[in-house]
Amino acid sequence: MAQRVAIVGTGQTDHRSHRPDVSQREMIHEAVLRALADCRLSIGEIDAIVIGNMDHFESINYVDTWSVEGSGGVMKPIMKVTTGGTTGTSVAVAAYYHVASGLFDKVLAIGWEKNSESDTTAAIITCSDPIWDRFSYSGAIPSLATEASAYMKQYGATQEDAARVAVRDRNNALNNPHAHLRRPITVADVMSSPMLAYPIKLLDVCPRTDGACAVVFAAANIARKMCPRPAWIKACSVRHTYTWFGDSTDYTSGLVSLKRAAQEAFQTAGIRNPAEELDVAELYLPYTYAGLKWIEDLGFCGPGEGARFVADGHTDMNGKIPVNPSGGVISTNCIGATALLRVAEAAIQIMGKGGKRQVPDVRQALATGFGGCFWSDVMILSAHRP
Amino acid sequence: MNSWENEVVPLTLKGQIAVPYTWWVGETGSRFLMALRDEGKILGNRCRRCGCTYVPPRKNCGRCFGDIEDWIELGRKGVVTAYTIIRYPFKLQPAVPPFAYAIIRLDGADVGLVHIIKKDVDKIHNGAKVRARFKEKSSRKGDIMDIECFEMQG
Amino acid sequence: MDNIAIVGVAQTRYERRKKDKTYFDLVYEVTRDALNDAGMQIGDIDNVVTVSNDFLDGRTISSMAVGDAAGAHDKNISCVEGDGTFGAFYGAMRVLGGFKTSLIVAHSKGSEGDMKFITNGMFDPIYQRHLGLESISASALQANAYMDSYHISEEDIARVSVKNHGNAKHNPYAQLAMDLTIDDVISSRKIADPIKLLDCSPISDGAAAVIIADQAHGRKAKNKPIWIRGIAHCSDQYFLGDRDLADPAALRETARRAYAMAGIADPMKSIDVVELYDAFSYMEPLWLEGLGFSRPGRGMQLLKDGITTMNGALPVNPSGGVLSAHAVLVAGLARIVEAVLQLRGEAGDRQVHGAKTALAHGINGPCGQSHCVWILSNET
Repeated sequence: MAQRVAIVGTGQTDHRSHRPDVSQREMIHEAVLRALADCRLSIGEIDAIVIGNMDHFESINYVDTWSVEGSGGVMKPIMKVTTGGTTGTSVAVAAYYHVASGLFDKVLAIGWEKNSESDTTAAIITCSDPIWDRFSYSGAIPSLATEASAYMKQYGATQEDAARVAVRDRNNALNNPHAHLRRPITVADVMSSPMLAYPIKLLDVCPRTDGACAVVFAAANIARKMCPRPAWIKACSVRHTYTWFGDSTDYTSGLVSLKRAAQEAFQTAGIRNPAEELDVAELYLPYTYAGLKWIEDLGFCGPGEGARFVADGHTDMNGKIPVNPSGGVISTNCIGATALLRVAEAAIQIMGKGGKRQVPDVRQALATGFGGCFWSDVMILSAHRP
Repeated sequence: MNSWENEVVPLTLKGQIAVPYTWWVGETGSRFLMALRDEGKILGNRCRRCGCTYVPPRKNCGRCFGDIEDWIELGRKGVVTAYTIIRYPFKLQPAVPPFAYAIIRLDGADVGLVHIIKKDVDKIHNGAKVRARFKEKSSRKGDIMDIECFEMQG
Repeated sequence: MDNIAIVGVAQTRYERRKKDKTYFDLVYEVTRDALNDAGMQIGDIDNVVTVSNDFLDGRTISSMAVGDAAGAHDKNISCVEGDGTFGAFYGAMRVLGGFKTSLIVAHSKGSEGDMKFITNGMFDPIYQRHLGLESISASALQANAYMDSYHISEEDIARVSVKNHGNAKHNPYAQLAMDLTIDDVISSRKIADPIKLLDCSPISDGAAAVIIADQAHGRKAKNKPIWIRGIAHCSDQYFLGDRDLADPAALRETARRAYAMAGIADPMKSIDVVELYDAFSYMEPLWLEGLGFSRPGRGMQLLKDGITTMNGALPVNPSGGVLSAHAVLVAGLARIVEAVLQLRGEAGDRQVHGAKTALAHGINGPCGQSHCVWILSNET
């Protein structure tokens, strides 16, 4: 019989473009210490660890065994889970199953990346199949640019519509002491930033960040003793749908993986009207157009209505469904941690630990992960034990 | 097996991925490497909780999980606790085979340092006394190979 | 722990170079074969865990290459980067945690990369990588530490190569079936003292898959379900000089937990066959000590006394072990596959008769830093 599982503590580093003061392992240690402090545990009380990052960004083979001095894995079970941009949510899902299985009561999930140490584009190009895709269609931006222009053509959305997503997320980041980019921007700033690949401009996309995040998952009976308001995992669904980029180019059908993962997760959680029934959403939006398009795939609004939904303020901090109170990916992107940060931030909202970025009265929160070949992960957290 | 498979000659595609890296050493590692480079000294540090002296030094103790505060100069002498004589070539090797890798317990340290021994490899044995030989100061770059190798003593 | 079982297994033949197959092909082959073995359709699998390594595959997000091949379209999926025993561990947790069935599939093609550069990447970039360490030199340090501590001779470990390559003659999947003498091993080319060529495992291409099911589906399986009685894993310290390489502390801890879960007080008495990860000949006696089958330093005596031979009381590596076929990441999962075949009575000429309880073992990280142990049984 599967255990009920809750998040009882989180920790993250203060995310920066460069962290020269710490090695990779030391940066991981920082996040772990903060997570342990958040739920007043010692490392000895952790039963197992799951850790993830994207290998070619740091060139460390067998990160699980390499990390133990900093991750706390000495004489403990530790394993590595890695799935590209969705790594952080895959790690969260793995930690969930560690506890749900009944084999471990308190599990530490760690996501991290030290992007300043590598050439991100060179590293990410290697995700493309070397025989079929790598020569012609590579790097993170081109595939997203194609999706964006298809969406603009289909529904008449404009670059200014998308810019509003960046403005929202970057303004929210001012309330998050951990966020990497903490200067506000305007639509005009976005529009005048350099064009990278039409229609994506510099301020439409996420930065590269050095950072780590750690989250403590606990079994039901322990969670209630450890935390006054644990964040219960109500549902988690993963769809890593495509293998080759060419398969994913029917943009008129929306982000298929997100639709399917969301459908399964909402069904498990009994959610029929997400924009009404969710109190906050931490969405993995690596670029602005996703903030228009993917909220349709999540069912916040109908097809083609994303731009209007955002422009009308429904996703603002005082709106119907606040999106990315943390500042989101556009403000902080330490890839292996990024999706885990969405889960951590959603948990922070439920636990009531959001400080200046707290949305009032959060009972149900959504966290999503994105990456790889248009893959999606969805997690639903709740203040009520399922 | 399908009949068409009999007629296909499998092709290969040669590739090489170039992903350059620059690792931040961090403050703890930097202090160690700078001492190698600028002073020809080997530093370790010691966890107050368990008393373990680490070399290379660590920011935190893996077992106790707390930060390590106390630095110690270890000197250049030590003892071989494990070794192997390498007899195959590999591009990244810092010496021409035959040479030895050794785990060396420096005097004052509680853990072993992995390094190389280049001369008299057939005489190496566990328990052998060794001493670090540094490169000329002008050749040192602030990495572990600022110690050129260890040499057997006596 | 709830009753969960392995209901399907598959592995490819292990070869030096599979010229005509990509990873995708290998993963598809074992997925399809494991389904057939289980008497299942792809729709019966409700989640997938793939096992791959970005360095081995030369691809970041190496899991992206094989999702479709593993039948994961529109399914929950994840990827463990580490030995297949760890991937299967996660697959087992997913069944315990609510899924009905998990498919776990591991692949690697050692022929496509340079194993020395790839394993050099395991070592700390600041303090160890520039020394040119890789898995062979590191393992040779461990062999030296172990053999020197306990006065184990090169002949002693050569016996392991003779036994395992000989056992491989009965395993149609193995890469290196050979009739060797101790002298053949001792006089083979010196690689890194004390390790010689015939003390080393080969480089292999291959894949393996395992299907785990909950109790309800286990009982409906086409073949005899093989019940998972105990599973555990544990990692030691990382830097090579931080731990005593001759002391397999993490394996001892892993075995202790796995035996406790399985209710085993005396492993020698309760376990009928062992498939362990012998990447080098010295590892077999060292791991047998860590598993509690003999006292520290006395692992070699088990072979000298004939106990771990095919006719002995505790046959070890009837498949020929990793010494006979080493597709990295796959090799641990292959130990599970072989253990399952033994317990089903399907191991052909390498069958250990009447085997009821088996132990499968995998390692991860340099010099067996991390270990995973599986205790399997064909009885409920």
